[in-house]
Parts: sequence; structure tokens; C-alpha cells
Amino acid sequence: MVNLTIDGIKFTAPDGTSVLDAARRHGISIPTLCHHPKLTPYGGCRLCIVEIKGIPRPVTACTTPVTEGMEVTTINPYLEKLRRTTLELILSDHPNDCMVCEKAGDCTLQELAYFYGLRENRFLGERRIYTKKDGNPLIERDMEKCILCNKCVRVCNEIQGVTAIDIAYRGFKSKVCPPYERDLDCEFCGQCIRVCPTGALTGKMWTLKGRQKDIKEIDTICPYCGCGCNLTLNIRKNEIVRVTSREDTINEGWLCAKGTFGYTFVNNPARLTKPLIRIAPKNSNELRVTSYELKNKKDSEDLSLITRHSSLEKSLVTRHSSLFREATWDEVFDLIAKKFTKIKEQYGPDSIGSLSSARCTNEENYLFQKFMRAVIGTNNVDHCARF
Amino acid sequence: MAGLAAVFGSGAMTNSIPEIENNDVLFVIGSNTTETHPIIGIRMKKAVRKGAKLIVADPRKINLVRFADSWMQQKPGTDVVLLNAMMHVLLKNNLIDRVFILIRTEGFESFKEGLEKYTPEYAEKITGVPKQDIIKAALLYGNAERPAIYYTMGITQHSHGTDNVYAIANLALMTGNLGMESTGVNPLRGQNNVQGSTDMGCIPDQYPGYQKVNLSAIKSKFEKAWGVKLSNKVGLTAMEMMGAAIEGKMKAMYIMGENPVLSDPDMNHTLKALNKLDFLVVQDLFLTETAELADVVLPAASFAEKDGTFTNTERRIQRVRKALNPPGEAKEDSVIIRELSEKLGYPMKYNFIEEVFQEIGSLWQAVAGVTYGRIDKWGVQWPCPTLDHPGTPYLFKGGFPRGKAAFTVVEYKPSKELPDEEYPFVLSTGRHLFLYHTGTMIRKGDALSKVLPEAYVELSPDDANQLGVSNSQKVRVSSRRGSIEVKIQVSKRVGKGMVFIPFHYKEAAANMLTNTALDPIAKIPELKVCAVKIEKI
Amino acid sequence: MKSDIKIKVCMGTGGIAAGGADVMNAFNKELKEAGIDASVEKFCSMHKVGCRGLCAKDVLVDVIINGKKTIYQYTKPDMVSKIVNEHLIMGEPVAEWVAGEDYYNFHEKQTKVVLSDCGNIDPEDINAYIAVGGYEALKKVLTSLTPEETIAIIKKSGLRGRGGAGFPTGLKWEICRKVVSSGDSPRQESDQKYIICNADEGDPGAFMDRAVIEGNPHSVIEGMIIGAYAIGATKGYVYIRAEYPLAVERLRKALTQAREKKLLGKNILNAELNFDIKVKLGAGAFVCGEETALIVSIEGQRGMPRAKPPFPVHSGLWGKPTVINNVETLANIPYIIRKGADWFSSFGTEKSKGTKVFALTGKVKNTGLIEVPMGILLKEIIYDIGGGIDKGRALKAVQTGGPSGGCIPAELVDINVDYESLAKVGSIVGSGGMVVLDETDCMVSIAKFFLEFTQAESCGKCVPCRIGTKRLLEILDRITRGKGKDGDLELLENLGNDIKAASLCGLGQTAPNPVLSTLKYFRHEYEAHIKDLKCPAGVCNDLIEYSILEEFCKGCGACIRVCPSGAITGEKKKLHKITTAMCIKCGACFDVCKFDAVKKG
Repeated sequence: MVNLTIDGIKFTAPDGTSVLDAARRHGISIPTLCHHPKLTPYGGCRLCIVEIKGIPRPVTACTTPVTEGMEVTTINPYLEKLRRTTLELILSDHPNDCMVCEKAGDCTLQELAYFYGLRENRFLGERRIYTKKDGNPLIERDMEKCILCNKCVRVCNEIQGVTAIDIAYRGFKSKVCPPYERDLDCEFCGQCIRVCPTGALTGKMWTLKGRQKDIKEIDTICPYCGCGCNLTLNIRKNEIVRVTSREDTINEGWLCAKGTFGYTFVNNPARLTKPLIRIAPKNSNELRVTSYELKNKKDSEDLSLITRHSSLEKSLVTRHSSLFREATWDEVFDLIAKKFTKIKEQYGPDSIGSLSSARCTNEENYLFQKFMRAVIGTNNVDHCARF
Repeated sequence: MAGLAAVFGSGAMTNSIPEIENNDVLFVIGSNTTETHPIIGIRMKKAVRKGAKLIVADPRKINLVRFADSWMQQKPGTDVVLLNAMMHVLLKNNLIDRVFILIRTEGFESFKEGLEKYTPEYAEKITGVPKQDIIKAALLYGNAERPAIYYTMGITQHSHGTDNVYAIANLALMTGNLGMESTGVNPLRGQNNVQGSTDMGCIPDQYPGYQKVNLSAIKSKFEKAWGVKLSNKVGLTAMEMMGAAIEGKMKAMYIMGENPVLSDPDMNHTLKALNKLDFLVVQDLFLTETAELADVVLPAASFAEKDGTFTNTERRIQRVRKALNPPGEAKEDSVIIRELSEKLGYPMKYNFIEEVFQEIGSLWQAVAGVTYGRIDKWGVQWPCPTLDHPGTPYLFKGGFPRGKAAFTVVEYKPSKELPDEEYPFVLSTGRHLFLYHTGTMIRKGDALSKVLPEAYVELSPDDANQLGVSNSQKVRVSSRRGSIEVKIQVSKRVGKGMVFIPFHYKEAAANMLTNTALDPIAKIPELKVCAVKIEKI
Repeated sequence: MKSDIKIKVCMGTGGIAAGGADVMNAFNKELKEAGIDASVEKFCSMHKVGCRGLCAKDVLVDVIINGKKTIYQYTKPDMVSKIVNEHLIMGEPVAEWVAGEDYYNFHEKQTKVVLSDCGNIDPEDINAYIAVGGYEALKKVLTSLTPEETIAIIKKSGLRGRGGAGFPTGLKWEICRKVVSSGDSPRQESDQKYIICNADEGDPGAFMDRAVIEGNPHSVIEGMIIGAYAIGATKGYVYIRAEYPLAVERLRKALTQAREKKLLGKNILNAELNFDIKVKLGAGAFVCGEETALIVSIEGQRGMPRAKPPFPVHSGLWGKPTVINNVETLANIPYIIRKGADWFSSFGTEKSKGTKVFALTGKVKNTGLIEVPMGILLKEIIYDIGGGIDKGRALKAVQTGGPSGGCIPAELVDINVDYESLAKVGSIVGSGGMVVLDETDCMVSIAKFFLEFTQAESCGKCVPCRIGTKRLLEILDRITRGKGKDGDLELLENLGNDIKAASLCGLGQTAPNPVLSTLKYFRHEYEAHIKDLKCPAGVCNDLIEYSILEEFCKGCGACIRVCPSGAITGEKKKLHKITTAMCIKCGACFDVCKFDAVKKG
């Protein structure tokens, strides 16, 4: 532990802590745009500059480790003037179109501009204009809004280990982009979106789905792989409009492509909304396959299946209505009860099998096996643990 | 799971995800972790950044290889030889934990003899991995302080999958690398609640909490709790049910949230089985390929439309919360089951969903200490028998549930179907980063599927040259069971003589080709090795 | 022919550009034809040598007969046969081509330490360096000095970093030597240290480092080995810009020769010292001359500086303690060791010891590479070495230190040239650029020129440098175009000072210097641009007009012929006239008029 003074107050901080962390730990806030606690310090935005006795020029709090006896000043008119200039410079090269920006209300830059009351700008001049839009289907990259805080570059390298992007060009033209400015072709984990302090990186699917203030956040668990990542569903009008994750979770706020972008199935219009009862003859599928087979003797039946399946998606509604009719819950429950009872009576309980789901909850799985064991009377319960 | 359960008395990840970053050696075998478990992959990369050494054994040059100190590209299906040879090296170099072996294991002597013939030279012949690489990997693992082994379906989806698991367990046991923080054996579970559905007894031989259906004491415990007589006959596994259906013994099935038509091996076999049933009930979100064959289809609720818990791969029970109302008349699966049960004369009375969990706790000690209140913010890892128990981040601290852990002599058994002149390539199937299982979820949601809209087969540049095919060219891939048409992706990820197809695509379903040969103990089909041929169209 | 003949042809980049290789070939051919076989080294030898400074008069050729040296300037291949015939054979130097007074004046006030062997020895032959005492310093260090004693000598000599900041070299070595703890990466052996030679010379117009490496690469290598011994490094890098192909080639040759002589590699000179040097080419980014950016660049990342502390001596390359010295600094080391700290510190001032190499350019007569003792008067450099301002114009200012430096006005020409004195007047020694400006130079344009450079070379990492210098440049640009506004000068000062204070690295922290120092000394010139819409020096095109002075115009028509836009009219022998609306201000008429009848302004 080292002893230091911040703004005249004595503190202790563990060795190796940065001045920024030491200050924040004691409730002293210092503005930053490029700092992220899980990434290596960068010192690019220059907002967290502080004065340290004995060092002739202001230094960035995020990159400076605490030392014994250090005397730190985080706020005075001079530092505030420098911060204001830096912010003005950033805003002089920013679209300032908050009224239509996805990030409005949730944007660090906007918030800082507000707190520093930056309406006028002394430095208006050329602004970067980029007409080429990234063609990837998931991540919107509006580089005019990029402030080059480098968080996306660092998260991609240090956390995800992908290094899909870096800064290219020099000077005012510096720009974060994939190699040769190709379209982004990466793991689409969305980590970069999560750390972006402005509207430069957002999800394409999120566009015009609602601002943060209209959104209700519900914490739950990811429905995909076994990692058990904590998701925060962002809900607006009974619809998931995006998925985020909190940092104080076992996944530390990181998600993968599936966790970030794989939620749209929930609100897919093709979802089943009513119980269905079969009207087509029982073996119609098989028949259809066979008839196709006859026509294509040369190819195996697999090919016919492929053709059949790929055409299915398009004709969803017709197929749906040609195979099934909609029914009420009472009707289907009666039917199932009748059939199960009859088969059980006729062939014994072990003639009924069941598959449960690794995507259903513990409670549902419990009830399911209880149903099969206690009601049907068989141990024929399994699920896909093996695949 | 069956393999690990047999060795230790319990089958699950022995460690937890946060412990990964403190490993000093990670041995990843048969797991394309960054694609199948991306967030665990992140932890592994973090461990490497913190200085850990990474050993990867995989027939494909998976992403993790970029971060690895040692990569062994074993031929598909030869894991047992590779692992045995590593153990042979450890034995030779006396890098074994004699105290641990003495106190906590049994069967070491005969096991030791069984290793004799698995020299690195022999292994090089069978696996194709240079012997110095095997020695290097063995020494890395053997000299580590906190090593952990990670594996997934690359180990289990074989006709000798259980043997593979035994071999991994042997490796950990002989080095005493178990029962400590950041040290253990970790099967990574593929689906979000596959751990939970197993825990909950959705397996034919066990009640919730791995309690055997054929033990009368246990049966009577459940009979008492549920108030009915129960069967003591071990049920059928999924694959056996399909077989029984074809034989006409299985008359009806109730399938909740599963799409076996695409996910099971040998699609034609599955179609035939399901079509033969007298009565099929499918409960799902969408009209899946399986639902299309049903007599009754029940509209269910998605994860975002229900309350409850999921248990992740590290045994962490976490809260699932309802964020939306299900569309139309769709209902939560729990509601459907209960209403159906009531129709059949067995009302299941619960006032709220947590009461179900309380009932589970009353029947299975390991989760008795878990309440929704406790897991509101952070989940709890079972075993957690009492309310003041903190949960168990890593298993086997003091000992094994079955007492002493058992060494198993494991001999190399070649895969059931090996390449020959007619079918010269080994096909492995697996998951892709952007896709998940049978596409029921992802491929219905359009944005992600745009990233990778088409099925492909990975083929090595050498083989591509020899066949005279090039990138994006459509070819026919056939096995003895079926054939599909799919585009070529020439890739150095696969070695010569091997091809890889992700199994998510219904228009080019890899499981048209795969082999239904089962592991005799775990009943897992051999999805990782079958013989195929490739023809130009 | 029993006489001992040596011919030395300047083959630095400047010499080669002026035709040095052709001159060399011509000598070879003529000597052969004349029967003087140049390969018979005993009697007559040809040497290519590095730059000796006065590049303006290249190709320079030394002809040394029995120790008597004659220097030819502006040598062309077709002059060679005459030199051979008259001088070498007949013994009569070709007087009309021999370098004159200028050449000697240029050298008289110089003190050569670093450059003492440049231009004298063959840089591609390690034996040439050894023959003049090369690698003796290394032998001395390895056989008789401990690392601590070595450091003590360098400390005592008062040598300070020649790359810009002027940090005491011995102290830097000492700090690095004492660092025990290593960086944060557990993958590295904890005792690894590095020494890096910064040869990423990027200031516009500066070529000190290039000349040293091209002229005497072994002095740098020897300096590095001594440094490695002193700090305990086993690996060294020379980070050199790829735009210096000749320097890279000679450096690589030198390294190979040094390895062959067991001066690099394992067990150097049987003294149990292991050290080797890798050459790393920079991709031409100015910012990579900044030490932390240079380190990042060697590590394979985009060269962007990182904040200090921690300094490289504590956590440098791959997180290991690292000393970075500039070429000139390292080249001084062997001479200091050989001749002693006292000898070295006898040059210079109290706080600035030794000599400094400058690239003297701009409006002086003798442009080139000079080495002067620290503390020399600025006017001595300009008038005695540089020969004064060309074309009899008046000195206006001297820009030192490149884009990071400032402009010293003519009235301060009496100051000493050393770290402290230059800093006092708002400039720096820097790496050694020195641009002399005369009355025809517009100070706003000069500031703009340097700002354009720094803005284009900003790495983009920090906001004040990336956007701030852009805004400075925009303000300067509008001033030079007559669009300046009230308050612009205050804004320049304000923003300039904020950029200096808030930028991350030396590049940004010094980028406003050219603006601020010109504003300080030439504010009136800025005001003239803004208020009077005039460019006093007649440089800013938007602010000047060309007109024809009635009293001088002879009506010769020369200007009409060269005007590309047909803006000049007038009959022969009659007064010509420029139509301002059509004039594109190319200045062709101004240049072509023999009677000074075209007025600019």
C-alpha cells in the first residue's frame, strides 16, 4: 500500500494502482473517454489529466501508477480549461447529430459535452466525412462518430484475441478500420460495441428500435451454449430490441455473436401461436418423399429431402395449413390425453417415449420427467446430452 | 458424463469458469472452445495472456491454436492413443503423484501395465503427431502446478467416447491434478441447460440428482414424494427410442424442444422412426422439421418468456426471468405439462415456479440450499446442500463421491467406420461460431445467419488440388447412409484426408451422412468420425 | 610511380546523388588507362568515403599524394581524365577545380568528434575503422573497466542525448543498469535488457544520423556494444528508417564484418560478453522517432507512443528495461572512452558538453553537415561556417530543432548554441536541424509548413495532437489566404499552449512551437496578414499582386513569353501591363525579368 494525497485528502492505495483507479475508489470522479477497467490503459483522450507535484506537466491519471507520497490535483481551473479544450476539439470533428443518434442518452461524449456546457465551439473546421458504409450485416460502424479512443481495438485484441481492427492512416485522417478498409469480417462478438463510448459502433439490428430511456432491462441467462452468460434483455413494447450484459457477472460483461445478436428468433413472426392438430394423412411426408424419389431415380432420396427442405422455408404458411389445423388448448389436451391413455392401456407405458430439452429450464425438465414417470409410468425420458 | 461418473462418481466440470484464468497449463482436447464456448474461450485466452501455457489437441487447426504453445493434430478417432502416450511419457519421467494415487485411487498397477505399449513412437504412427510434440505436451502438463483439461464433443461423440473420457480421467488421476482450485477435468457442456436437464433426471436411468431408478430405496423415496407407483425399469435412450419406433415397439412420443430430425445422426433413420409412430406430440417454438411429422404441435414459450433457472456447464444455477409475454396462445412449457398432467388425472399443484425448485431441493440434497433469493444476482454452484453453504466452485476437494477414483485400462479401438478406397475421407461434424444446433433459433433470426448463409465443407488445400475442386465449388459429399450437396471451403484448418461440415444446415444436413454407431456405455453416436467421398457435380 | 597515392571520393547519399559513383568509375577507368593500377594498393588506392559535410559542393574528391591532400569540388566524370593526367601523372593540381577558401572556412570553426572519421575512412571496410583506432575503446572497456566504471566515464563526460531532449546519457545507463525488477510479462527471462539505437531520423531537412551511419557505421556499433556492456543488455536493435537504403546497406555490412571479427555474438573478445544487434526498418512514420512509439513499432504494433512513466529504462521493449540512444549519442561513446571524459568535456559549455552535429540548410551559402562545439555563437555558424546569407539578403531568423523547434529571430543571433540557451529563447537543439531564413521567407508560411508536417505525422492517438494541430493548421491556412479573423492570434496561442500541455508525447507537446515562437517574434507579420491583407515577404499567393514598375520596364517581352495565363500585355519596347484578374501568381514574370521591373507585393 502506498500513501498519497488526492485533492488535499489523504488516501492509501495498493501498489500498482493507477491514479485514476485510486481516485475513483474514493469517489473522486475524473472524466475519461478511453479508459476501460479491463483493458490496458491508453492515455489517448487526455481528459483524465491531473497535476502531480514534482512533475512539470499534467499527466493522465489512467496511465500513471501511484507512488508513495504522491500529491495529486484532479481539479483546478487550469485542468478544467485543458479538458474543455480537448472536448471542444473532439466535438469540432463530430457530427453532433444527437437528435437522431442511436446512442443519445447513453453516450459518454454527449454527457461530458452537457456537463461542460459546450454549446459553442471555437475550433469548427474540417470534419471527417466517410461515405463508405461497412457492409457487414451486424455491426454498424459510423466512423464519423468515432473519437479514436481505441477501446474497440484493444478489446478486440486483448479480450477477444482477434485483432480484426486497428487504427490506419495518420494525423487527422486516422481511422479505425479492418485491414485495407474491407468490410468487417470477424467473430462478431460485439465486444467493440459494448465498449464504444459514442454512437460510432452500434448494432445494425438496433437501428430505430428505441432509445435507452424507453427500454426496460431484464436480466436473464443466455439460451445458447453452456457458458451460462448473463444477458440483459432490453425490452420495448414486448419486443427484445437488443441484448447487453452487465460487467459484474461471471461473463464479465462479454458475450459472443450468438449472445449479442442471436435473439431475434424470439420475436420472429413464424413462431407458433396456436396448438395445431394434424389434418394431412399420417405418412404424407414419407409419401411425398417417395413420389419425389420415383421422379428422380438417379439420385438418392437424400437429394429429394434437401430440395424439399429448402423449399419449405418459403412456403411456410401454406405448408402449415396443408398439414395442420389450428385448435384450442382444450381440444389438443383432450386429444393427447385420450391417445396416451389408449396407447398405454394397449401397449403398456413403456411404449411411450419422450425427449426433453436442454434449452428448457430446470423446473420444466423436472416437471417433464415427473410427468413421464409419475403420470405415464415410464422411464423413457432422455434429452440430447449426448449430441 | 457417464464416463466421468463411472470414474469419480460424479460427472460434471470439476472447476468453474473464473478459475480458468489461474491455470498455468490448459490442455484443450477435442474442443473448439472459441467457437462452441466463446466466453470460456475468452477466459482461456486471458489465462494465456497471464502466462499460462496452452496445449491444444485437435484434428483441425482451430482458433485456439494461435494461442497455443503446443498443438497436436491427431487423426480423428485416435485420442486414446495420444492420451495413453502422454501418460506413458509421464510415467517414464516419473511425473506422477504417488501419494494421490495411493490415497485416493484404485487400479493403478494394472493400468500402469496397460500403458507399456503406448510409446510415443507407436503413437506417432497411429495419431500422426510427431513424438517430440507428444513428449513436449506431456512434460508441459506433467510439470504444471495448476493444469486443467477441457474437452467437449470431440472426445465424446465417438463409438469409443467413454474410453476417451476414461483416458482423460486417468491422466488427471495419475498426476493428482484433481480436487484443487484451477486444477481438474472439465467437460464443457454444449447447450445452455444440458447440465440442468441431466441434473433434473431427464435421463432414462436416473431420477433428479443422479439417483438410480432401479434402486428400490430411491424409487420409494420418489414414490412417496410424488404419491404414485413408479417403474423400476431403466428406460430407453433417445437413439434406442428411435430404434424401438422402427421396430414398432415404440408407439407414441412426446418431444419437448428438440429437433432430432436434424440433430440425430442418420437423418433418414430418424425420419423413418418418427413416421412410424402412432402418435407424436411436439412442443416447440417453431414448426421444426420434427414438428412437421407430429400429430399434435404445441406452441411453447421461449427463454425470454418464462421464469425459472438454468444450470450452466460449471454447475452454476442461475435465474431465468420473464421479459416478454409469449406470442398468441403459446404457453410456458411448465404450464403445458401441468395442464396436460391435470387432464390425465394427476394435478401438479404449484403456486409459483420456485415451488418446483423447492420440491427438487427436497429430493436432491445437492441443491437443497439454493433459493431464488440467493441466486438473484450471482448463481450458486451445486453441491449446495444447506442455506448457509456457499456452493462448490470446484469438486472433489476432500475425496470422490464413489470413495476412491478408479483407473481404467483403456485400449485403442479404431472408429467404427474408417476411410477406405470407396469413401476415402474422414468426416467430422461440429458447430460454427455463428450458428447453433439445428438452426431453430439462429437461422430463424435473420441477421446472424447473413454472416454465414451457406453450408460448407472444409477441405485441405492438398485434397482440393487432388480432387481438382476449388473454393465455393459445389460438390456432393456422400457416405454409406446418404449424401448432401455443399460448397467447398478450402482451408488449412483441416489436415489431409479429413473434411469438416458444420451440422446446422437443414438444406445440407451433415447428419444425413453420419454414423449411428453408439458408444456402448454412454450411448453417444459417433458423429466425429465417419467415412465419406467427395464428387464433383 | 613510386609515390603513395590515395584517392577518396565522397560516396554519401549526397555524393552519390551528385554523381559520385560515375566519378569513381571514371577514376578507375582513367587510372587503368594511364597504367596506374588502382588495385595495387601499395602505391595507389581508391576509397569511397562518407559525407564530409559540404554537400553543396559535391562530388568532393580528395587526392592525396605522399600525404599532401588536394580537394576537388563539383567534380564531374569528364573532369577526371584531366585530373589524372595533370595531377596524378604530372604532379600539378588542376587549380581551377580545387576547393577554395569557402571549403576551408566551412571547416575551420568546426570541431569534429563524431564526424572525425566520416569522409576519411571507407565505411564499408571494418579495417579502415580499426586502422584509425576503431574498437580500441571496446577493448579497453572489456579488458579494464567494469560496467559501473564505464558508466562513470560517460557521466563524467557530460554527454547528453543528441536526439532532442538532452537527457544525460550516463545517468540513463545507470538507471537501466540498476533496474532489477523486470517487466510484467512472465514469459521473458527476468534479466533481459535491451539497448536500442534510434536511427529513425525524421525531421525534414535533417540528415545527421544518416551521414554518421553512411560514413562510419562502426562507431555506432561500437558505441552500442559498450552501452550493452554497461547496462547489461544482450540484445540490441537499430531502428532505422527504410528510406535510408544506403545507410541500411552499410550498417548491415558493418554488422556482418563485426560478427566475423567476433565483435558481436557470443563471448565477444573472449570477455564473456554476449551481444548482438538486429536491424529493424521503420516504415517512415515520423512519430516512431519517439522512443515509446519506436518500441511499440519494434514489437510489431502500429507505432503509437504510450504515456510515460513508466519510462523505457524501467519498462521498455517487451516490458523489459531498455535504453534508447540516438545515433549521434552512441557514435560519441567510442571517442569518449578512447580519449577520456575530460577531453570530451573540454568542448562545450558548463551544462552542454561536447560537440553537436547540425544539418545547416536554408539561405546560407554553404549548406551541409557541420559539427560544432556546444556553446558556439549562432552567428559564427551562419556567417563563418555557413558563409553568410546567399544573394546578399538579410538574415531574418534561424529555425532550429525541426518541427518541434522554434524560430530564433535575427536580433538574437548572438546567442550561444546549447541546450539551455536555445530553450531560453523558445527553441530547442533538437536532433540538429538548422534552417536559415532570410527576408524572402514568410514566417506564417514557415509555421504552416511545419504544422502541415506534424499534423500529417501525428499518430492519431491523442486528441490535442490529432485534432488540435489540424485546427492550428486551419487557422494558419486561413491567415495565409487573407481570411484571418480578429482573435485568431489569441486563439492560436491559446490552443497552441493547450496542445503543448495536454498532448501525450513529445510530438504533440512540441508541435505548436513553430507557431508560438514565430508569433512571439514576428507577431507583426501575422497581423499584416490579417489586418492589412499583406504578406510582407511576398510569399503568400493570395495576398500578393504582381505589377510592372513603369520606371524599370524596357518592354523586352520576356515576361509576356513566360506568362502561362496570358495575363501580360504590351507592345515591344513599350510598357507592359499585368491584368490582375487573369494573373495566377505563378511568379514566372518576376523570375524572368532582368530589370527588376516586376513588383511583387
